[in-house]
Amino acid sequence: MAAILLVLVLVGFYLSWRATRLDRLHHRVETARAALDAALLRRAAAVLDLAASGHLTPEASAGLSESANRARRADDHRELAESALSVTLRETLDARADLTTAPELQEVRVAARGVHLARVFHNDAVGDTRRARRSRLVRLLRLAGTAALPEFFEMDDQAPGAAAPGSR
Amino acid sequence: MGRATTAPEASVEGGGRRVGIVCPYSWDVPGGVQQHVGDLAESLIGMGHHVSVLAPVGDPEHPTPAYLVSAGRPLPVRYNGSVARIRFGPRASTCVRRWIAEGDFDLVHVHEPAAPSLSLLACWSANGPIVATFHTSNPRSRAMSATSTALRSAMEKVNARIAVSEAARRTLVEHVGGDAVLIPNGVSVRRFAHADPLPGWPGEGGSIAFLGRLDEPRKGLEVLLEAFTRLAPHRTGLRLLVAGPGDPDLSGVPDDLRERVILLGRLDEADKVRAYHCADVFCAPNLGGESFGIVLTEAMAAGAAIVASDIPAFDAVLDGGEAGELFRVGDAEHLAERAAALLDAPDRRAELSRAARAAVRAYDWDTVAADIAHVYETVLAGNRPLTPASYRRGERP
Repeated sequence: MAAILLVLVLVGFYLSWRATRLDRLHHRVETARAALDAALLRRAAAVLDLAASGHLTPEASAGLSESANRARRADDHRELAESALSVTLRETLDARADLTTAPELQEVRVAARGVHLARVFHNDAVGDTRRARRSRLVRLLRLAGTAALPEFFEMDDQAPGAAAPGSR
Repeated sequence: MGRATTAPEASVEGGGRRVGIVCPYSWDVPGGVQQHVGDLAESLIGMGHHVSVLAPVGDPEHPTPAYLVSAGRPLPVRYNGSVARIRFGPRASTCVRRWIAEGDFDLVHVHEPAAPSLSLLACWSANGPIVATFHTSNPRSRAMSATSTALRSAMEKVNARIAVSEAARRTLVEHVGGDAVLIPNGVSVRRFAHADPLPGWPGEGGSIAFLGRLDEPRKGLEVLLEAFTRLAPHRTGLRLLVAGPGDPDLSGVPDDLRERVILLGRLDEADKVRAYHCADVFCAPNLGGESFGIVLTEAMAAGAAIVASDIPAFDAVLDGGEAGELFRVGDAEHLAERAAALLDAPDRRAELSRAARAAVRAYDWDTVAADIAHVYETVLAGNRPLTPASYRRGERP
């Protein structure tokens, strides 16, 4: 009897440990997602600042603002809109190597690097979580509760021009 | 999404974070990871962050910097084919937990957490955000996969992974899974910028310097020796400084020229810095296989006039020849031609020296540390407390 009780207690501890780990993973995804949102918004804001700075031709500025605004407003097709912004950024800035010292450009570069960092960390968290949720024990006992299965965020996040500091 | 929020004021230079860094290897033994942690800590402190480094220290008499906290004596452990001096076990665990509790850190940055070590203990103990840097690029790292079940519960807690090279990133992906951002080692430009040349250098008749392993063909010493053999008969004062571990093969150099090839052997850190300041021309004749070229960036930091082979890594670091002359890889005649032109043109050397010092700033530790601080800010940007219960209710941040 005591032995059965002991086994039950141990199993209970083990399950609770597994559930805690899973909760922690979900929390990691949430924070990484919030960081990714913040990084994307920072980049859009930096691009709008650059477009308004007068360093670029009116056509280039208009193209960048439109792309940045579309990325900010995109709900369903966010990954596509953000990728399109990356492409527009590269096309616009790779033609203007002379701008390197403009502070607005520096901010765009740092912000674009931030998007890459945040996206790698986010997808890493998603990958770990999805792997943990594939476990038979987790599925059988529904240890994940009602939490939705997190999705990867897939986009083109290559920064414009010469790579950002330290990315080589 | 549609979440109305402003981007955080995550300025990359923004200081004032409390960072706890864990170095798994004994602080009093020289090594790449220890060097990396020390340079990173100093750069972060320079940026205004509060840094505490926890590391094992084998010799209590060894001088340690103010930011270092000793975790006690390490034990030698066979790992990756060499002996690593690390610390692990219940007492080490207590020590790590006390350090974390007293440090009140915004985040903990562990290095090489794959091996059983202080870093792994810190992953288990820390409840806040964790950043991990992976240095190992050993494809047959058994310790990494052998402990992977125990490792997984620690790795799951890591918010951000950094790899110092593409090879280290591949090792991580294969053995642990997941991905990492690439942030290479920096060069401490300050440490190399100024030094007195070694006694007797650079001398009157012109001089060329080489640093690196002498018995590794990829480093290309043979190409340089051949170029020297072409140049030396016409330049009677020309000398070649060769520094680094290993036995060089001098059979290609005629006997009467050998006394002008000065072999210094393995140098300590201070003398290595001085060696970069010794010669009129610094030569990096590597044949390939260099992913980054740490010797080249160190020479640039010292403001050397450089002639280097045109392998892709060097071409990139030298800005396609702006910050140093490039010669066709493996082509001794081309090297001799380029070196001779530089030896005869002090103005051009001064120009290259300035260009090299400017170009190396992109690889300076301060630049690299700013990128690492950017990782910290990215991790902390999303990190507001969210209880598991609120998560289960399906609340979105």
